[in-house]
Amino acid sequence: MKLVAAVFALTLAIPAIAQQRAADGAAAPDANAVKEQQLLQQESRIEGRIDIPDTRARVLIQPAGRRWDYFHEITLHRVGAVVILGMLALLGLAFLILGRQRISAGRSGKKITRFSAFERFSHWLTAVSFVLLGLTGLNITFGKIVLLPLMGESAFSDLAQLAKYVHNFVSFAFILGLILIVALWIKDNIPRQVDIDWLKQGGGFVKGKHAPAGRFNAGEKAVFWCALAAGAAVSVSGLLLLFPFFGTNIATMQVAQVVHALIAVLFVALILAHIYIGTLGMEGAFEAMGTGEVDVNWAKEHHDLWFVEKQAQQGLGPSSATSIK
Amino acid sequence: MARMKFLCDADRCIDCNACVTACKNENEVPWGINRRRVITINDGKPGERSVSMACMHCTDAPCAAVCPVSCIFATDDGVVLHSKDLCIGCGYCFYACPFGAPQYPKVGNFGSRGKMDKCTYCAGGGGTEVSGSLEEYKKYGANRLAQGKLPLCAEMCSTKSLLAGDGEIIAEIYKERVLKRGYGSGAWGWMTAYKEGIAS
Repeated sequence: MKLVAAVFALTLAIPAIAQQRAADGAAAPDANAVKEQQLLQQESRIEGRIDIPDTRARVLIQPAGRRWDYFHEITLHRVGAVVILGMLALLGLAFLILGRQRISAGRSGKKITRFSAFERFSHWLTAVSFVLLGLTGLNITFGKIVLLPLMGESAFSDLAQLAKYVHNFVSFAFILGLILIVALWIKDNIPRQVDIDWLKQGGGFVKGKHAPAGRFNAGEKAVFWCALAAGAAVSVSGLLLLFPFFGTNIATMQVAQVVHALIAVLFVALILAHIYIGTLGMEGAFEAMGTGEVDVNWAKEHHDLWFVEKQAQQGLGPSSATSIK
Repeated sequence: MARMKFLCDADRCIDCNACVTACKNENEVPWGINRRRVITINDGKPGERSVSMACMHCTDAPCAAVCPVSCIFATDDGVVLHSKDLCIGCGYCFYACPFGAPQYPKVGNFGSRGKMDKCTYCAGGGGTEVSGSLEEYKKYGANRLAQGKLPLCAEMCSTKSLLAGDGEIIAEIYKERVLKRGYGSGAWGWMTAYKEGIAS
C-alpha cells in the first residue's frame, strides 16, 4: 500500500516540477499558459482573438452545443410527443365521454351576428398561418422520424426545404394576424367578476348547466391570453432565429430555439383543444367564425350577457328576442 | 480501420494562418467561408496560446444528430461528411457544433442560408458524386484521403503543430512531445469532440 501511495504521489509531483522547469532546465515556457479545462471551468465557452474578418468565428469551443443536441434530440422529442399526443388522447376521451355539446333548446332558426368580416379575416389569417407554421415546425423536429422513412431521403429533403421557406415567410402573416386579433379583442377579454363565477361553475361542462358569460367566457379568455403570450414568445424567439447574429450569438440562439420549440409545442396543444371545441366539441360554435352569425339560442346559452347587450344595442329588448323563439 | 482525428498542439502553433490559406486554396472554398481558422487565447498576455480549429469530426457528432434531414454522417474512418443535395440550410448543425465548424454562404435575405459547408477532412463529399470526380471537387473540395493523403492544413503545417491522422498515432506523437519537452497545454477540443483527453 505504502509503495502504491508513494508512486501515486510521485506521479503527481512530476508534472508539478515539469511545469516549473523545461527539460533543458530553463524556465518552462508554459508557466503562464492557459489550459483548456481551466478555461472551460471559468466560462461556458472559450473565446479568443481571430485574424480573419469574420470575428464571429472567434469562439473556439462551446461545449453547450452538445447540451443543445441533447435538448433537441431527447428532451424535445419526448416533451413534444407527450404534450401533443397527450392532448389528442385527452380530446378523444372528452369526445367519447362528454360527446358533442348540443344546443339544449334546439336551433331557433334566427341568427345573430357574432363576428364581423374583418374579425373573421383576422382570425383565419392567424389560423391558417398557425396551421402551416405548426405543421412545418413539427416537420423539422419529427419529420425525420415520421416522414423520412416513408418518403426516402431525396423527396423528404425537398419537402423539408419547402417547409423551411414556408415557415420563414408565413411567420410574418402570423405576426400580423396576432396583432390584429389582440387589437380587436383585447377589451372583451379583460377578466371580470363573471369569469370567476363561470370558472366556479365549471363553465357548464361539469354541471351540464350553462354559466353566465359575456362576449367571451373565461375559457375563451384563457385561450386568448395564452395565445397572446405564446404567440409573442414564438414571434420574438422566431425573429431572433430568422436573423442570425442580429443581437444574438450562438448561446442566445440556442436559448431562443429552446424557447421557440417548447412554447410552440404547448401552443399546438392549446390550439388543438381550441379547434376541437370550435368544431366537433360544440354544436353551433363553428358558425361564429364560419359565416359570422350564430343561432340565437346558442348565443343565449353560451353568452347570455353578451346576447342581452347585443339586443340592447340593436334597440330590441331581450323579451322581444325571446318571443321570437 | 483508422479513426481519423485532428490534434492541434497549442504550444507549437505560431498563428501563421497557413493552414487557413492552404485549406481555402486546396478546396477552392467560396468567399466568406473559412473551414479552418486560428484563434489566439490570452492575446498579448503571458502564456498566450493559438489554436487552429476546424471541424473536429466528433465522436457521436452532435451536428449529425440534430440534422432534420439526416444529411450528416460519419464514414468508416470517422470522418464526418454531409450531402449538399439533401441539406436544407436550417442552421441547426451550427447551433449544435461545439467548434463553430458549419458555415453557410448567404444566398438571400434573412433566413436564406445556403447549403452548409464545412471541413471535409479533405475527403470529398458525402453526396452521390463519384469519389475524386470534378463534380465532387466543385461541391465539396478536394478528396485527398482517397489518394492516400492527409488534409493539407496539417500536411503543410510548418511547426507540425496541427496533426491529422489516426487518433491513436497522433495522440502518441503528442504524448511523446509532452514527455520530451516537459509540458503541454493539452489537446484542445479533444474532451468535447472525442470524450477523451490525452494524459500528459
